[in-house]
Amino acid sequence: MTNSNDFPTGPLARYLLQIADDQLIMGHRNSEWTGLGPILEEDIAFSSVAQDQVGHALAFYEFLQKECGADDPDQTAFNRPENRMLCNGLVEQPIGDYAFSLARHWCYDHAIRLRYESLSGIPNPVLQSLAVKLQGEVKYHTFHADTWMKSLLQGSEESRLRMISAIKEVWPLALGMFESWVGEDDLLNEMGPNGHPWYPGEAALRLQWQEHALQSLQGWGVDVDQGALSKLEPVLGGRQGFHTEHLAPLLDEMTAVFRLDPQAEW
Amino acid sequence: MIIESASLQEPNLKGNIPDGLTPDLLRYWEVLDQVPDPEIPVISVVDLGIVTRVTVADNGAVQVILTPTFAGCPALKWMEKTVREALLEAGAPEVDVQTTFENPWTSERISEAGREKIRNFGLAPPPRRRPGCVGPDLEALAHAVCPRCGSENTSMKSPFGPTLCRSLHYCFDCLEAFEQFKPL
Repeated sequence: MTNSNDFPTGPLARYLLQIADDQLIMGHRNSEWTGLGPILEEDIAFSSVAQDQVGHALAFYEFLQKECGADDPDQTAFNRPENRMLCNGLVEQPIGDYAFSLARHWCYDHAIRLRYESLSGIPNPVLQSLAVKLQGEVKYHTFHADTWMKSLLQGSEESRLRMISAIKEVWPLALGMFESWVGEDDLLNEMGPNGHPWYPGEAALRLQWQEHALQSLQGWGVDVDQGALSKLEPVLGGRQGFHTEHLAPLLDEMTAVFRLDPQAEW
Repeated sequence: MIIESASLQEPNLKGNIPDGLTPDLLRYWEVLDQVPDPEIPVISVVDLGIVTRVTVADNGAVQVILTPTFAGCPALKWMEKTVREALLEAGAPEVDVQTTFENPWTSERISEAGREKIRNFGLAPPPRRRPGCVGPDLEALAHAVCPRCGSENTSMKSPFGPTLCRSLHYCFDCLEAFEQFKPL
């Protein structure tokens, strides 16, 4: 069996592959709530978000195939070894309890929102309209995550403490979403149609994300210790193909059916 | 070489079939207007606004461009298939169906006729986007209009329903749950 070992070349293709891999793995994890949600509506919500995310991954894999010479989407998604996957450590984590999954969903979808906002300023018209389209869907994700974060942080003492503990657990992993990557500098200088660079770079995205996250938490009455947060070390490696121990078992499970017959027509 | 082509830019009150079509194109659009959405079978793929372009080449080959409602819509492959089959059956010698995001779908693309059919099906049609609102108008979700009694005294139970394009609501007047086709 061959693997899809060849990365599409060029910084844009690599950047899109990172987003697609994040969405694929996040979608797979979120789908693990199907049948298990704490209430029926949350079961459906996580399953729907998962379905969106796998759809977004597919849209980017298709773009990579058509425009950047990548393999077909099924091969790209299901036939790469772990060290060729470019997802971050946050999305790889098991679902944990509902507080953990919710805190991750909130951190993750706000980061994706920022990435799509920036991508909607790209000169490539196909990606531009795709980014605008996907932004509308992500608006539902952040709306859902914000609603529950607020409810639980302002709910009972137990729900508040459990959410705060989940946020602390998620934070270093969330910072790892903004790991710098090979080729990043080349994208930084690319101008959008309005004459401004469309991609601000990972450090700038992290700052935007963090500022929004801290503001939200304060708005929900959380006393954030910024000094303690700034001492947390980001979990890095995903963008270079070095992953947490949770990705390999996930890939094994996710690709099990595909590997039975990699050339099958679905 | 393309000899005839028609795009749907703006939804149109009569339905979603563009004006001023040649007889050939009109016939194909009318065929597509009979292809149902698999999740809400009372509305056609044309009323739904996902057919963005139909092209007839000089050898008679037809190309149809579809655009998905939601990127993860699982019904898309099915719709590509039923669109292709319907046009072949209507006598098109060759049919090519492509899905793109070039004219991305929004709920504003649903025709007036389609909105009415959605309401009769028991679903609240998506609220019209208010001027100046960028992206889906989520505030409007809090007061969806009950498709049974027309009340706005409702609340949203969840932005995610049984399919990607529906949200869950409750009407305080008729005391029933209902679903809304989500604004996007």
